Amino acid sequence: MEWDWSAVDDFMPEFWDGVLTTLQVLALGSLISFGLGLVWAMALRARTRFITWPVALINEFIRNTPLLIQLFFFFFVLPEWDVQFSTLTTGVLAIGLHYSTYTAQVYRAGIDGVPVGQWEAATALNLPRGRTWFAVILPQAIRRVIPALGNYVISMLKDTPMLAVIGVLEMLQRARQQGAETFQFVEPITVVGVAFILIAYPASVLMRFLERRLVQQ
Amino acid sequence: MTSGLWELVLKGIWITVQLTVFSSALALAVAFAFGILRTHRLWIVRFLAGCYIEVFRGTSALVFMFWIFFVLPLMFSYQLVPMWAAVLALGLTYGAYGAEVVRGALQAVAPAQREAGVALSFTRGQQLRKILIPQAWPEMIPPFNNLSIELLKGTALVSIMGVGDTAFAANLVRLALQESAEIYTYTLLIYFVLAFVISRGMRALERKAKAGIGRPMEKPAARKPGAGVLQMLKKVDGKAVDPQHAGTRARSAGGDA
Repeated sequence: MEWDWSAVDDFMPEFWDGVLTTLQVLALGSLISFGLGLVWAMALRARTRFITWPVALINEFIRNTPLLIQLFFFFFVLPEWDVQFSTLTTGVLAIGLHYSTYTAQVYRAGIDGVPVGQWEAATALNLPRGRTWFAVILPQAIRRVIPALGNYVISMLKDTPMLAVIGVLEMLQRARQQGAETFQFVEPITVVGVAFILIAYPASVLMRFLERRLVQQ
Repeated sequence: MTSGLWELVLKGIWITVQLTVFSSALALAVAFAFGILRTHRLWIVRFLAGCYIEVFRGTSALVFMFWIFFVLPLMFSYQLVPMWAAVLALGLTYGAYGAEVVRGALQAVAPAQREAGVALSFTRGQQLRKILIPQAWPEMIPPFNNLSIELLKGTALVSIMGVGDTAFAANLVRLALQESAEIYTYTLLIYFVLAFVISRGMRALERKAKAGIGRPMEKPAARKPGAGVLQMLKKVDGKAVDPQHAGTRARSAGGDA
């Protein structure tokens, strides 16, 4: 089988559209997971077990079940409950929710890393709980966990192809369509595979750099 | 759901279990091979092993699976049975993640241990087999636990290629019943139970491995109010304070796993 560069050229316009959709999913999914993950992490430090236990259970459940099934769940079940979203929205919500359970762990580690004396100092100064979180604990915790959060953005990038199964037109889905139209599967799928390495490797190098800069001070 | 449909789901679970076991075995072999090569003394060997790891960690498991299923047969006119193609894809991908774990654990063994091996004129193979791996192994198990749960979740991807695993069976049931809430809830529960079983098994393995080199299981550090003050007192006093009994009131961190 010969490698056909003209097939690569034909795929390029589709490919760039796919890259755009992938990055869009990644950006929105990251925002959801960063926000929701923080909510989970703070709920896990709540004072009553009526909050911590259900939140811990939900987190474990979402984290230990496949994103693919969750995508199908959102895609097929939500319309049955008369909730209609576009495929892109469904995909972004599912991937954001899935990764929020990972970021929750990251935040939790960051919050646990803040010395206990900081909590006590806040109590001694009679700071209200909200001020304690947002002015004392989180600024110290989040700085340390930025590289770890970045690593989850990279793994989220590598999970975006799953959105192809519900028909989101990201890179892999564009390659599948191109292959179905032209019967040339080799070039589009290889291009997409190489593109993932070209995006993910520099990003992971950047995260290692950030880790050295932000964490070890 | 009728019993016929349940039978379909049970067959799917069996395929999922097989996929998980075979891919984990391949991933473990790949992880050890490349993790050890990554600590080789020749830079070219380290570099090549690093290339493999970065390529497979860099690309998406699903894209690689597509590549094996659709591109490999076209390029080399050689097609694998879907089940084995899936095992190959999952094993190679998660093996690359595992290789970094192995490398990290090997490098975390105290350097004096390796030097002792050199002093006793052990060969490199003997150093690895008798000194480094037995001490590094217990440290590898917790990250391997996470990876094998990721792998279990990854097996759901093969349903897209038409391998009849749990996710595939769920799709068939959905088409048969024209109703998806029930079956997908069951499917999620099935994967959750499988993940729970894996994680319990790995926990037991870790306890056994740590006991083998005389180390206790690590308890997640309980953070208690008042411990900070006691830490300061400890510094002044110069005596160790048992942190387990230091606090006045336990703060629940909401489950450890």
